[in-house]
Amino acid sequence: MTDISRREALQGLAAIPAGLALSPEMLERARAHVSDALGDQGTTPAARQAQPAAYVPKQFTPDEWRLVRLLVDYVIPRDATSGSATDAGVPEFMDFILGEYASNRTWMKDGLGWMNAECRRRFGKGFVSCTDGQRRELLDAIAFPRKAAPEVKAGVEFFNRFRNMTASGFYSSRIGVADLGYIGNRPVAKWEGTPPEVLKKLGL
Amino acid sequence: MPDATPRRQPAVTYDVAIVGSGAGGGMTAHALTRAGASVVMLEAGEMWDNTKDSAMFKMPYDSPRRGASTPERPFGEWDACIGGWQVPGEPYTKAEGTKFDWWRARMLGGRTNHWGRISLRFGPDDFRRKTLDGLGDDWPITYDDVKPWYDEVDKLIGIFGSIENLPNDPDGIFHDAPAPRYYEHLVKQTSDRMGVTCIPARLSIITKPHNGRAPCHFCGQCNRGCMTNSNFSSPNVLILPALRTGRLKLVTNAMAREVLTGADGRATGVAYIDKTTGEDREVRAKVVVLAASACESARILLNSRSSRHPNGIANQSGVVGKYLTDTTGTDVAGFIPRLVDVPRHNADGVGGGHIFMPWWLDNKKLDFPRGYHIEVWGGLGAPGYGFMGGIQNYPEGGGYGPGLKQQYRKYWGATVGFSGRGEMVPNAKSFCELDPEVKDRWGIPVLRFHWEWRDHEYQQVKHMQETFRALIAEMGGEVWSPMPTKEQGYGIANGGAIIHELGCVRMGTSERDSALDGNCRAWDCDNLFVTDGGPFVSQADKNPTWTIMALAMRTSAFITEQRKAGAL
Repeated sequence: MTDISRREALQGLAAIPAGLALSPEMLERARAHVSDALGDQGTTPAARQAQPAAYVPKQFTPDEWRLVRLLVDYVIPRDATSGSATDAGVPEFMDFILGEYASNRTWMKDGLGWMNAECRRRFGKGFVSCTDGQRRELLDAIAFPRKAAPEVKAGVEFFNRFRNMTASGFYSSRIGVADLGYIGNRPVAKWEGTPPEVLKKLGL
Repeated sequence: MPDATPRRQPAVTYDVAIVGSGAGGGMTAHALTRAGASVVMLEAGEMWDNTKDSAMFKMPYDSPRRGASTPERPFGEWDACIGGWQVPGEPYTKAEGTKFDWWRARMLGGRTNHWGRISLRFGPDDFRRKTLDGLGDDWPITYDDVKPWYDEVDKLIGIFGSIENLPNDPDGIFHDAPAPRYYEHLVKQTSDRMGVTCIPARLSIITKPHNGRAPCHFCGQCNRGCMTNSNFSSPNVLILPALRTGRLKLVTNAMAREVLTGADGRATGVAYIDKTTGEDREVRAKVVVLAASACESARILLNSRSSRHPNGIANQSGVVGKYLTDTTGTDVAGFIPRLVDVPRHNADGVGGGHIFMPWWLDNKKLDFPRGYHIEVWGGLGAPGYGFMGGIQNYPEGGGYGPGLKQQYRKYWGATVGFSGRGEMVPNAKSFCELDPEVKDRWGIPVLRFHWEWRDHEYQQVKHMQETFRALIAEMGGEVWSPMPTKEQGYGIANGGAIIHELGCVRMGTSERDSALDGNCRAWDCDNLFVTDGGPFVSQADKNPTWTIMALAMRTSAFITEQRKAGAL
């Protein structure tokens, strides 16, 4: 969160005029998610942490679930700025999406199967049982489509989709929205246009 | 349709029955109730009230779906509009080889819940294209006939924009337009260098208090329905005020079947199906107005057959369903390195572009006859389902881990896209008719579509593609996709995809070759009118909503005048 956006976000909320026909409930909702995006811990009562232990997947087998939970965190791990894909509930999001949008089931299941089969070809065991180094060797082979070998095309196509879905789930979560620093979708009293410091930075 | 049980006879005869509650129907109801008429309105969908039903301010994580589409909301779960290109129980068919998709909205307010609020007047040239280039037809009315009604629409509803004095993009009565977003500054500067006219957008969003409505609060979520009614949609800006007069009876879940006529051939009311029970019903009225959307109104007319109207009402010329047009469209997006690592700020603004490019070239110097306007997109909008899909297309070519997270951060907001929206010339091979076999779930014959783009449209879309690629190159960017080939139609969207169907109940100067006169009145039925996109004679490169409403207001004034004179 930069100083510009924090200042703007808080000023924006403080400056909402009475003339705006916003109900107290709407304002509270706006405030809650701005403070949330700003990372003010404890201001929203909703559970911040996913509860993986209690969750029983509906679309994945236990083996697939272990692989999914591992793989999403290779895609989006915890870093200095934000938590990981599992912290953000991405596996649970994928389980929901597969349940609701059946067209995602085949490529997901086939792809997870491909990952295990390729690991067995290369290392004699499934992805979950491989070492961190072995897993990374496979990911390096499929995560860069322009450099990937033709024989791993199926893996590349799967990983493109899996990475897209991981990003969808992560960046639309509370953790992901805060990571990006998105501070919109809230009432602004007066539209001032682009802040001068932004234009300056972009040379516009 | 077997009719074993007689329809329940209605007790009341209204002054006016309106089919449809969108831009045309809403405006007609607003104007006629204000003029003292008793009005009954049939809407095929459910009630909708933005102030209660909107998903405004929902964050992506407020739903496990993260904003993804649902069967009834193809533009995302929080989009206000219930509808789509496929509606359960309401099929349509296509002739062999035809690519056409028919959007239907099924809710109070119709498509006004869906659109981008782009509110452009047709210009003087748009009403007389045949005179100018020999193609299509002239309208029976001119810009000067419609101008006072455009002014009235501006004053009633409110619109922002800027005075530009462009010859074929007339100015309106504008609120102040919002300042550009960061990427829009870049597009504006680039357009200026390339000689592409780029001006503030003209959207029906109010930026100061207007007729009791609060100004826009710039949350960027117009498409979800505005809780403060700061943008235009028919329910809260037209229909609620009409209801407050006490003279509007609203009937939802009412699927119109046909216009009922008496022995003299005049309209007596509308037969409809109560979708909640499946039963046949009717309303009686002295005047009938169809505003069900261009194709749906054509369908109702074609299904309204009697001994006096053997080919359907308003169709003695056989023109109903003919000369169907949609806006041409294609999109190009690219990655703009200069916008990498954009400092975080709230770039939401209104729910639409703050700038656009009206048609700026002279077709006499080009190999296609009609123009297009350009819409611009990009920015730091709310992340949701589908967020930054295709990260492998950015310079690093993919990846995973902490480096991938850095990519998402730095590339978010560094994509700019252009959408061309152009004028199709009406042609004899693009039309709809009744399918001889297929019926919908209530037994009503459905439409069969025929569609053909011609070189006019293909060449125009090719020009869009080339222009957008040049704009992105001039910004120092890289286009995501290769130039579509001629065999790919240069990337032209299917007919119906842009959701601007017009013209299949066209007005004209003669009952021999048009369905309606210049007041949108059926030539062969003096108490039947059409106030949606059906009467249009040409498409223009402008979004049709503002013209639909100006014409609906004008037709309503004519109906009021005739009623006062005792003629209706």
